[in-house]
Amino acid sequence: MSDPASVVSEDAFLRPILAVAAKDLRLELRGKTGLLSAVMFAALVLIIFNFSRDITLVSNVDFAPSVLWVTFAFGSVVTLNRAFHLERENAAFDGLRLAPVSRSSIYLGKLLANLVFAGIMELVTVPLFILFFDVSMGRAWLGVAGVTALATIGFVSVGTVFSAMVVRTRFAELMLPVLLLPFMVPPLIGATQATTRLLAGRPLSELWGWLRLLALFDIVFVTLCALTFWAVVDE
Amino acid sequence: MSTPSAGRSAIRNGLRLTLFGLCLLAGIYVLALHYTPMEIRQGLAQKIFYLHAPAAWSALLAFVFVGIVSVLYLWLQDPRLDLFAASSVEVGLVFCMVMLTTGPIWARPVWGTWWTWDPRLTLTLLLFFIFLGYLALRAALTDRSERARFSAVIGIMGLLLVPFIHLSVYLFRTMHPTPIVLKPSAPSLPPVMLTTLLASFGVATVLYIAFVMVRYGLALEAFAREEADLAA
Repeated sequence: MSDPASVVSEDAFLRPILAVAAKDLRLELRGKTGLLSAVMFAALVLIIFNFSRDITLVSNVDFAPSVLWVTFAFGSVVTLNRAFHLERENAAFDGLRLAPVSRSSIYLGKLLANLVFAGIMELVTVPLFILFFDVSMGRAWLGVAGVTALATIGFVSVGTVFSAMVVRTRFAELMLPVLLLPFMVPPLIGATQATTRLLAGRPLSELWGWLRLLALFDIVFVTLCALTFWAVVDE
Repeated sequence: MSTPSAGRSAIRNGLRLTLFGLCLLAGIYVLALHYTPMEIRQGLAQKIFYLHAPAAWSALLAFVFVGIVSVLYLWLQDPRLDLFAASSVEVGLVFCMVMLTTGPIWARPVWGTWWTWDPRLTLTLLLFFIFLGYLALRAALTDRSERARFSAVIGIMGLLLVPFIHLSVYLFRTMHPTPIVLKPSAPSLPPVMLTTLLASFGVATVLYIAFVMVRYGLALEAFAREEADLAA
């Protein structure tokens, strides 16, 4: 990267994205309520799941991956619900819209912030999950982390766009899961299947297909969302 | 703007075409029950195929159009494209309902279960919910241009999601009969059955066009009325 022109253009691409993400993170870390409730919500889902099966019939290792992914899915919906709420207050989003940055940059910035929030929720959930369900991650933890990252990017990318849409309605909290859950199905299936194989210590070749599906989903939907975001935020 | 008359004539022509399509549908019943031979293993249950498969075809047609028209809307921003997409979603949902009710009725005697999580069943059910969500979001929005833009984005996303749902669910073993008409080799159906099936596809397409014409005409009328209210 010795060419100064390319450094400048890369900077011009990344800077607004990071600025938008940093603004959201700063706001959330000052308030904390949203993130804290999302984490608590995820923990409570885990607890409720524990009572939803007969432990003498279903073993932990068979049950655990689906529990983990349903919890991640619901937890993400809760974190996403807040993504554009703050922008509504005091018409903060008008300020963002007036900023001389592309709509795609705003989208990618919001996506980045939402990924950090969802990631924090997942980071807190995993130790609780290991504790409650007595799962030994062993060497699978790296693989599970990778699968989690791929799947989370997938549904948070779509969720960020939907979250920007539903704040314009009166029933935003209800509308978001209704719109988003069908879109979460492919990444959730991929993630659950891959996690099951990882926890069972299966070879990597068995989950290669699922990983490719997850990656393809991310590429297609992040691109599509970044390209159509203007249609969601412009007036 | 000449929309009121355009809407009215679309409704009128749509109703005529609907009547014609329904007559043809009656013809399909006669053809299927009287002139098409009984399938040897499934018996009478197989007859529902001449209703189920064409309904699936029209639903798919409807949702593909929604995707294409949504792309066009984001490009051209013509409100008529949005009205067409919304009409197509409503009609597609009706055909989807037909598919989702006739499927289990057939599956119970043949598969021995009402429902199974097979790729095509899952895909249909999820598409049904996506486009139900599409209508729910439309109903919850008051700003017209906002409604049109959001709908277009969901329409495009819905279309792109289809291959992903199919791929992801396909990795489970499938139980659904494999395609018998649209496949690389020649259709593996006796000629009489194939004729009836293709005829039923034609009728379903006519009914799709007729329903969308009526619904689109109504939407145009409502749009013109809103426009007049705003002007007053």
